[in-house]
Amino acid sequence: MNIGPGRSGLIMDEPLLWEKGRAGRNGMSIPESDVPSAAIDGRLCGAGPDFPDLSEIDVVRHYTRLSLWNFGVDTGMYPLGSCTMKYNPKINEKHAGAPEIAAAHPMLDDEYCQGTLKIIYDLQNYLAEITGLDAVSVQPAAGAHGELAGMLIFEAYHQSRGRKRTKILMPDTAHGTNPASAALCGYTPVPIKSGARGILEVGQIRDLMDEETAGIMVTNPNTLGLFEENIREIADIVHAKGGLVYGDGANMNAVMGIADMKKCGVDVLHLNLHKTFSTPHGGGGPGAGPVCVTEELARFLPSPRVEFDGTAYRLEKERPESVGRMHCFHGNFGVLVKALCYILTMGAENLKKVSQRAVLNASYIKQRLKGHLHLAYDRPCMHEAVFSDRKQQEFKVTTLDIAKRLMDCGYHPPTIYFPLVVPGAIMIEPTESECLEDLDTFIDVVKQIVREAETEPELLKRAPTRFKVKRLDETAAARRPCLCG
Amino acid sequence: MRYLPHTDADIKTMFKAIGVKDFEELFRTVPEHCRYSGTMNLPEPKTEWELNDHMSAIRSLMTVTPDHTVLIGAGRYQHHIPSTIPAVMSRSEFLTAYTPYQPEMAQGTLQGLFEYQTLTARLLGVDVANASMYDGASALAEALLMGIRISRKKKRVAVSTAIHPHYRAVVDTYFRPTEFEVVELPCGENGRTDLSSLKGRDDLAAVALQSPNFFGVVEDLEAAAAAIHDIDGLCVACFSEPLAFGLLKSPGACGADIVCGEGQSLGIAPSFGGPGLGMFGCRQQFVRNMPGRLVGETTDLDGKRGYVLTLSTREQHIRREKATSNICSNQGICTLTAAMYMASLGGTGLRKLARLNYDKAEYLRQGLQDTGAACSFSAPTFNEFVVEFGDDFGPARKRLLEQGIVAGLELRKFYPGFENRYLFCVTETASKETLDRVIREVKK
Repeated sequence: MNIGPGRSGLIMDEPLLWEKGRAGRNGMSIPESDVPSAAIDGRLCGAGPDFPDLSEIDVVRHYTRLSLWNFGVDTGMYPLGSCTMKYNPKINEKHAGAPEIAAAHPMLDDEYCQGTLKIIYDLQNYLAEITGLDAVSVQPAAGAHGELAGMLIFEAYHQSRGRKRTKILMPDTAHGTNPASAALCGYTPVPIKSGARGILEVGQIRDLMDEETAGIMVTNPNTLGLFEENIREIADIVHAKGGLVYGDGANMNAVMGIADMKKCGVDVLHLNLHKTFSTPHGGGGPGAGPVCVTEELARFLPSPRVEFDGTAYRLEKERPESVGRMHCFHGNFGVLVKALCYILTMGAENLKKVSQRAVLNASYIKQRLKGHLHLAYDRPCMHEAVFSDRKQQEFKVTTLDIAKRLMDCGYHPPTIYFPLVVPGAIMIEPTESECLEDLDTFIDVVKQIVREAETEPELLKRAPTRFKVKRLDETAAARRPCLCG
Repeated sequence: MRYLPHTDADIKTMFKAIGVKDFEELFRTVPEHCRYSGTMNLPEPKTEWELNDHMSAIRSLMTVTPDHTVLIGAGRYQHHIPSTIPAVMSRSEFLTAYTPYQPEMAQGTLQGLFEYQTLTARLLGVDVANASMYDGASALAEALLMGIRISRKKKRVAVSTAIHPHYRAVVDTYFRPTEFEVVELPCGENGRTDLSSLKGRDDLAAVALQSPNFFGVVEDLEAAAAAIHDIDGLCVACFSEPLAFGLLKSPGACGADIVCGEGQSLGIAPSFGGPGLGMFGCRQQFVRNMPGRLVGETTDLDGKRGYVLTLSTREQHIRREKATSNICSNQGICTLTAAMYMASLGGTGLRKLARLNYDKAEYLRQGLQDTGAACSFSAPTFNEFVVEFGDDFGPARKRLLEQGIVAGLELRKFYPGFENRYLFCVTETASKETLDRVIREVKK
């Protein structure tokens, strides 16, 4: 029996690109030369790369077939915790790809590109308004890049006060990229265990925060899907010792129009436009990770930002205290266009509804599955709920097996084995895009898998079976890496 | 709202199941003093049709439009993009998936990335390429940090001043908070990096050159790599125009140890500077020091070929603060796009297109020289070059703009002392007629 949408599809085999083709075919037209052939120093020339020659239909079929082996948000529910796999509106793609936008050259003088500058300027302002913070740079190209921008700002701030600090407080419920981003700025992460309730406790911060510590990086809501209720008290302690508070805004989808990051005591925050603001994840990017700061820190933001003098938009002149440039041009501009379109479509009221429904959906799943899967922290959750395989261990069934069986039933699995504080974590983030009937079906499927774990564990161990390939040997891939064909 | 499927009745049902009476109760863990006061001050929601009007009004503010011929490169290139590419790459199976953490349901992305890594390694002449960085500039910064890691004890790197000024700015940003130092190498009279100051140094972990460099000049990478290896440094070769390697000897073949740069030219529109992709490759021996994601080949339970993310013990989510980089999301779909473009061109097409770019640029360069303008640098160039005008080029440039041609980039903003020097770029998109028009206006 199969209650989820998963069935076997039409799977065509398709070789690697260079296993196809014949020398002399071509897949795109190249203009005939209308100028004389010029002399060239032969010593500089090479033979050109060994690429296969394919015709247009070869290439189109190749990628179309590849696409059929992929699962996306448009295929089905993609409850990948912490990644906010919500619906990606099609109209936004059209605007990002409009000819005037696509052809815009980033080195033109400001007067020729008022439209693209306005897009950046408006987005800077809207993101400030949504977070409650004062100033924004849209340059960072992804979440981790935004974190790096944030850590650079911490560093520049402390330098400006004449004192370099060496450590940074790092809760175990922070995002995985946080320690690496801090390390790039020379900070040593000081790990902090979340308390029994899954959130940070004030006493711990009071004990650990000192004047060698640059501040704290808090993901809020955290990676257990819980709101850090003590955030303000924690921020006060950090500020009293001269430190700053970094907010990882990857989970902003839970709190738009509900929490004000400035009132939480956050000084620097990055957003993931590919999560909260609906831009497609593209199989791993491009994302965008704008960084938002308080007025006091605006002078340190990456440069250039866009200014408006009442008549014209322009790139700001150099700001001496800026951390500098993060990207060759203005970040992933096309992604910015899509996020702007999303905000314009939603408006304040609908953005708040997004957060309400994202939390409603996660709370519903948490409530209905908690008797079936072990719930790590039975507390009111925000946009995601974290379960584990603890109850299935007696049948020797693991989180990985549950995840793989979910695929056969037609779902992308949740995030697994993260956060690290929950062994065998199953982190479910349904987002606001899923309707009640689809949530119910998903819940029924998970319940069925839980029953199968007990009665037919082999079904889980063998999964997945409905795809082009069965379970892949990741250990062998790492032991003898074959990275190039 | 069409993106939000919940009806009032659904919401009531769900409240009941959860055991709360309203949204307020659902958010009871958000303390009052953290709450957003009032409503966010944003424009009223727009229908699809209102959004279209709004965006159309924004687009109309652009005075340089797609009808213009933009003879500027400087890190962003106007090339023809076949319609097959947006048609196939916008397939939502590719576009609405995320990082392929579950390989069995992401074989499309994974095989596509493996093919990208392979074609890129062949193009750049390296053993291995990763699945992309953010852009050329951040790729260079990461390459230099990688050089420091490999050297273990050295704390300095050198970069040529003929590298794109924005790339160097990003390198400075990445290096500022570290204990490491970036020194600059001057550009010689011929437009190539002057490496004479390297002699006798033993403190440089890596030395970076761009080829073709910011002035379009093809560096003597073979000689540079030898000189850098003589001082026991790593040769980092960066680029902003990968099409050049259809014609020129690849950086890897010239002896570069790490090769990195921007891949926007490969089927991606300029889009005001982003997204594109950072291309990144190196010698096999350095693979475990590499930043970024890697896709590897493996087999499934039945022994069938398949692809997975691999060597992730280098990465942030496993190694945390000891990772080779903090990068997580990269440029995903742009990477697949670049591979599809390379596959569409093929080896034969790439060579033909590179040659066309070279010939067209040479045509304009010669034509401008014939008007009496001076080519600033004597070394060979690819599809960009610097011209110095005796008189003020401003009026001619203005006349050309009125005819829909953006003639070159003023260099004095980037290089003090480069008065009257302009950086031109000519790709296959510029017709001879356009180039002749530029030459005519300069003659006037």
